[in-house]
Amino acid sequence: MSSFRLSSGGRIDRSKPLDFTFDGKPMQGYAGDTVASALLANGRQLVGRSFKYHRPRGILTAGAAEPNALLTIGEGGRTEPNTRATVAELYQDLIAKSQNRWPSVDFDLGAVNGLLSPFLGAGFYYKTFMWPAAFWEKVYEPIIRKAAGLGRATYEPDPDTYEKCWAHCDLLVIGAGPAGLAAALTAGRAGARVILADEGFEPGGSLISESTSFQDRSATELLAQMVAELESLPNVRLLMRSTVFGWYDGNVFGAVERVQKHVGTVDPHRPMERLWRIAAKQAILASGAEERPMVFGGNDIPGVMMAGAVRSYFHRQAVAPGRQTVVFTNGGSGYQTAADLEARGLDVAAIVDSRADAPTGWAGKARIISGGVVRDASGGKALSSIAISKGGSVETIKADALAMSGGWSPIIHLACHRGARPVWSDAKSAFLAPERQDGLTVAGSAAGVETLAACLADGAEKARQILVDLGFSNAGAAFAPAADKPEHARPLWFVRGSKGKAFVDYQNDVHVRDLVSAVGEGYGHVELAKRYTTNGMATDQGKLSNINAIGILAEARKVSPADVGTTTFRPFYTPLSFGALAGTSRGKHFQPVRKSPLHDWARKNGAVFVETGLWYRSSWFPKSGETTWRESVDREVLNVRKNAGICDVSTLGKIEIFGKDAAEFLNRVYCNAFLKLPVGKARYGLMLREDGMIYDDGTTSRLSENHFFMTTTTAYAAGVMNHLEFCAQALWPDLDVQFASSTDQWAQIAVAGPKSRAILQKIVDEDISDAAFPFLGAREVSLFGGRLAGRLFRISFSGELAYELAVPAGYGEAVADAIMEAGAEHGICPYGVEALGVMRIEKGHVTHSEINGTVIPSDLGFAKMVSTTKPDFIGKAMLSREGMTDRDRLSLVGVKPLDPATTFKTGSHILVEGATPSLENDQGYVSSSCYSPTIGSTVGLALVKRGPERHGEHVTVWNDLKGEYTKAVLCSPVFFDPENGKLHG
Amino acid sequence: MASLIACPHCGPRPKEEFTVRGDAGINRPAPDAGKDAWYAYVYLRDNPRGRHKEHWHHTSGCRRWLVVERDTMTHAVYSAVDAAVTGETV
Amino acid sequence: MISGNSHGAPIMRYSAFSVFLNALRGNTTWKPAWRSPLPKNHYDVIIVGGGGHGLATAYYLAKEFGVTNVAVLEKGYIGSGNVGRNTTIIRSNYLLQGNNPFYELSMKLWEGLEQDFNFNAMVSQRGVLNLYHSDAQRDAYTRRGNAMRLHGVDSELLDRNAVRQMLPFLDFDNARFPIQGALMQKRGGTVRHDAVAWGYARGADSRGVDIIQNCEVTGIRRENGRVTGVETSQGFIGCGKLALAAAGNSTVVADMVDMKLPIESHVLQAFVSEGLKPFIDNVVTFGAGHFYVSQSDKGGLVFGGDIDGYNSYAQRGNLATVEHVAEAGVAMIPALSRVRVLRSWGGVMDMSMDGSPIIDRTHIDNLYLNAGWCYGGFKATPASGFCYAHLIAKNEPHETGRAFRLDRFARGRMIDEKGVGAQPNLH
Repeated sequence: MSSFRLSSGGRIDRSKPLDFTFDGKPMQGYAGDTVASALLANGRQLVGRSFKYHRPRGILTAGAAEPNALLTIGEGGRTEPNTRATVAELYQDLIAKSQNRWPSVDFDLGAVNGLLSPFLGAGFYYKTFMWPAAFWEKVYEPIIRKAAGLGRATYEPDPDTYEKCWAHCDLLVIGAGPAGLAAALTAGRAGARVILADEGFEPGGSLISESTSFQDRSATELLAQMVAELESLPNVRLLMRSTVFGWYDGNVFGAVERVQKHVGTVDPHRPMERLWRIAAKQAILASGAEERPMVFGGNDIPGVMMAGAVRSYFHRQAVAPGRQTVVFTNGGSGYQTAADLEARGLDVAAIVDSRADAPTGWAGKARIISGGVVRDASGGKALSSIAISKGGSVETIKADALAMSGGWSPIIHLACHRGARPVWSDAKSAFLAPERQDGLTVAGSAAGVETLAACLADGAEKARQILVDLGFSNAGAAFAPAADKPEHARPLWFVRGSKGKAFVDYQNDVHVRDLVSAVGEGYGHVELAKRYTTNGMATDQGKLSNINAIGILAEARKVSPADVGTTTFRPFYTPLSFGALAGTSRGKHFQPVRKSPLHDWARKNGAVFVETGLWYRSSWFPKSGETTWRESVDREVLNVRKNAGICDVSTLGKIEIFGKDAAEFLNRVYCNAFLKLPVGKARYGLMLREDGMIYDDGTTSRLSENHFFMTTTTAYAAGVMNHLEFCAQALWPDLDVQFASSTDQWAQIAVAGPKSRAILQKIVDEDISDAAFPFLGAREVSLFGGRLAGRLFRISFSGELAYELAVPAGYGEAVADAIMEAGAEHGICPYGVEALGVMRIEKGHVTHSEINGTVIPSDLGFAKMVSTTKPDFIGKAMLSREGMTDRDRLSLVGVKPLDPATTFKTGSHILVEGATPSLENDQGYVSSSCYSPTIGSTVGLALVKRGPERHGEHVTVWNDLKGEYTKAVLCSPVFFDPENGKLHG
Repeated sequence: MASLIACPHCGPRPKEEFTVRGDAGINRPAPDAGKDAWYAYVYLRDNPRGRHKEHWHHTSGCRRWLVVERDTMTHAVYSAVDAAVTGETV
Repeated sequence: MISGNSHGAPIMRYSAFSVFLNALRGNTTWKPAWRSPLPKNHYDVIIVGGGGHGLATAYYLAKEFGVTNVAVLEKGYIGSGNVGRNTTIIRSNYLLQGNNPFYELSMKLWEGLEQDFNFNAMVSQRGVLNLYHSDAQRDAYTRRGNAMRLHGVDSELLDRNAVRQMLPFLDFDNARFPIQGALMQKRGGTVRHDAVAWGYARGADSRGVDIIQNCEVTGIRRENGRVTGVETSQGFIGCGKLALAAAGNSTVVADMVDMKLPIESHVLQAFVSEGLKPFIDNVVTFGAGHFYVSQSDKGGLVFGGDIDGYNSYAQRGNLATVEHVAEAGVAMIPALSRVRVLRSWGGVMDMSMDGSPIIDRTHIDNLYLNAGWCYGGFKATPASGFCYAHLIAKNEPHETGRAFRLDRFARGRMIDEKGVGAQPNLH
């Protein structure tokens, strides 16, 4: 209980108290608190346990880089593990829990790992747990997995909604601190479209977390003026609570806006988070700088905090870190903290400055120990004392807070997402990003600028230059130039002689010795060291640890940090939720739904639907009393074969093809001949890929001399269209041919069965007798006495006398109703894709079950369709390759069980009867199968080595997955009406 | 990949409207060009680190096939011309 | 415990005992896992590429075939390519005869790997489940599962209820494409990817192989139709045989000898979430969109989706693909919605024209090619190294890698699991 709330001051709203709980304990904060500041105000510093050693950890920072204070916030489907208390805003009834501890954060049995730490050094697990071999998965790994990880995610679905949007602007400013505000103001005044995004809930950056002033104004006055002006400009959008997480090609920035993360009662009509893709002509990165921790023994004990974070809590939330603070610094930040604390009458025990020549001029009360270091902090769960080492002597002083500053690292994460490498600056002792890249300029302290006046000037001037380049020639900088006053930072990468563990990566428990031993073991490359020790791989992605680690590696390797270099900055700047990235694409709305124009007709006829790509197709139409799908399908098949059936085939791809060279074009894209297809006729076509494999099949009809109508399979409709356009535009632009997809324009209805002609003749005005309209006829027809025009095709997938009637989509349901009515006396029934599949297998027709991208025409018995006279068609050249003419190629054959009472399944393999099951003995596989009510047994199509030569051979249909081994015979793939008598009936 | 491709017919459009096919650097051989030429056409690819010409289809736009020149390291798009206008030779 | 041979570095055997001993000495006595030698003037074999495949090749060359005068040249640090940036999945659930025995050989090598090279790569056979959502997918998995069983590879076809019992948190009740079941290979799983590179490097180094980092090959010198050596950023290095294992950069290296390859380089993104307590035990792939996920021992969900779809060497992808992956993830596991994604990265994939790799000689007598691993190279690492080493040492392909010939396209002998043909971005 050492941190506490001051009785006055801060930017919190003391009139709005908020209740919350931490590990079940009720606490109170105010509007304007983060969870971290509220915990500190309640005297709670120990808030978590570390990853490996389960060390007690407190709140280290006041922002996005926090490695320790990760809490699980929320309950049920809103549970969010690993939430940084330092950025989570407090709301009424917030529930926060500590993580990675058992039974409690105050008493955690996992801390025993700390005692074992000598054996758990970097990479220890690569060297052991190998014996006996079987123990890894069974014993060691489950223990490690249970101990590892941070918070526990919920398995409950998320009750909230998410959305995505695009935004376009002339200038995106990332970070609403002094430089960002100055840049936005400059651009806003010039009339540019500006988006100013900041991850916090309040703009200002250092203006609200420091006690600074600018000319005659206090920082907060300056901020209020700037914000008021920005809000008055209609061309400026201020996006608060919005983290820009990634810089992508084309100057697109990803940002996530936390719309309702800070509210106690979620409005169901608003999203929880909103994903922005911001297409910016130019961007200014004004993301500030991160303070580096000092690396000394016990630098992780609760009560040790970043000096800047102490100031932030002090000024923003009026929280003091303790009653007696020690400052450990190598630059001005520590002095600023000491001054701020003393200004409110708080006791600063000492300022330990690692520089021997610490600048004089300190006017405060605290004693300065220049050239000294904090060697060790002690206290276990709360800081109690500090051992200060100077010139060989050690002094121990009592303290309940330690504010540390090891210098500043510009936050250049986003500037390096597209390949730019950071460059080491000796002057700044920091890595800097290239100041100006194509589309992105770094400004303010992110560019290494230090004083407030210089940051304001830098942001304003860089914005002005960008605006001039963008054509806003009248742009003027909102702030006048100001010279920077850089400190000459002298980094202290780590304190020598520490007794305790000196942590570099807090969350992953990487300490100095881990990095040094990684170098000794050959993992000294910055990437290898990262991967071997896990430094920088925690949820903070090394925001605090990477630069110190580089410094330590550099010392161990005896080179400069420039030679060590950095690991790669990659998205995301801070972690972002799956929910925000997924937006509305979830659950039933994961993908759009396509419905046939006959969908409602099918539904009112009782269809059971099945997902087929994006489509819902009718599978079967159960009648009352039918208890299994097979009953319905068998009935539908038998009824079609005996009477007639009606089936929705609207999902087939449909393409209108026009042009005087349309026939020539088709002749080139199909492997069979199309040049002389007569008007009024349909033809089955096989379309190959250039590698000779069958791509798709379907019928194409010649409706007039220069107008063809192509159908494709449902799955390949879009692909075929793209392919035709490629051939016409890129390969043969000299041909006069044009395409229009009409898939959605036509409702297409198959009417099949011996009674189909009689039924259709009732609604078709023209004579459709066999003589007038023979097999493969295709023509426009008049319907219902001239009230509607449609297209009629005499084609058959079922092997029955059959037609497909296409009518404009909007008339589909009415026409289907009319056909049902006309067919009632003939016993017509609706049938679905299951019955369609049964009938096509009975007839030996192939689909994409057989046309699987690895078959050529001869594999499916289509050798004769491949033109030998055409000089060229897509796929011709490749068909002559050795592998394409191998007689052992898998080829189409029928297969049926010897005993009709037995059955087999699609995907079973074919073995020679009695052969040992092995890949070498594999003869092929069943590509399609069904129970045929017509034949009275299971029938299948199979692709088998030399299949057509093996009719009559007895085989084993081998389905080891189900332990099903069926004796069967290979046969013709045409099980039904091989003479095509019914087809031509 | 750049976020915009300047379609010669539609102007700058989001890349999500386009579909890439691949290397546009080789012409479809004559039917009697021989098996080596055909093998090269169907299976071998220019795959440079740097400038590269590819066929892209403006699928959700004008539905024209384009030859797009872009950089495989920076993802910058240099140009886009109609495939029919360039012919195959690019 | 010191062992090793006359060529290589003495190797300190890793064991619980050695960890204990070193701990007592403050972990200051560990020897480097591999040396950092200067390149010699000449090697019997130079391997271009210090990734998983290159290092494994060197390891097996030395260990199995006695070829130890070998250098592995790596332009960056070892394991800086795809072995260090993949999603760590191993499996041997392949359909086709050219692939299935090869990946099963790899699985068997994985199963004995750690004891073989004395490095814990955390081979974890936690089971791989491929979900299916339609009858057609079920049938395809039936065919594949049976093909696996014909070769003695474990596979099981699970129905919806069986999957639900194992993974009750998948979306079974509100899905656009309801889960019908899964093909499962229990022996599939994950491996700590970096450790594979390190284990092979350490094992190869101890047998005399020189691993030379920061050594970029800039040219290939030829005389009389044979390769005599390579120009590098560290000078010319001569060799008897040159073996390429440059993955996504294969084309760049092959260009040095004017060899055009049936390969395109594409970017594939991968992702890791924040660390979580055990959330998902198995490797699960979605069947109605591009998403697959497993959980690392450290607690992060490691996941990915489809390639971005265009040629790229940039090792970074675009936001739209990130969104697609997350959409599929939430569609498969609704509770992922509140889980946060920590990091994304991109790797360069050597996508071949049939989705299967190439391990073969080339038109140049002593130049060998190992490429075309698409996005599946990690699981192949041991078998690739083994078969490539066999080919290099004996000038004769190993039985299980025999189908991966460079001329198979010209001969019409493609190994196309997906059946999409010469369109790499669809594989």
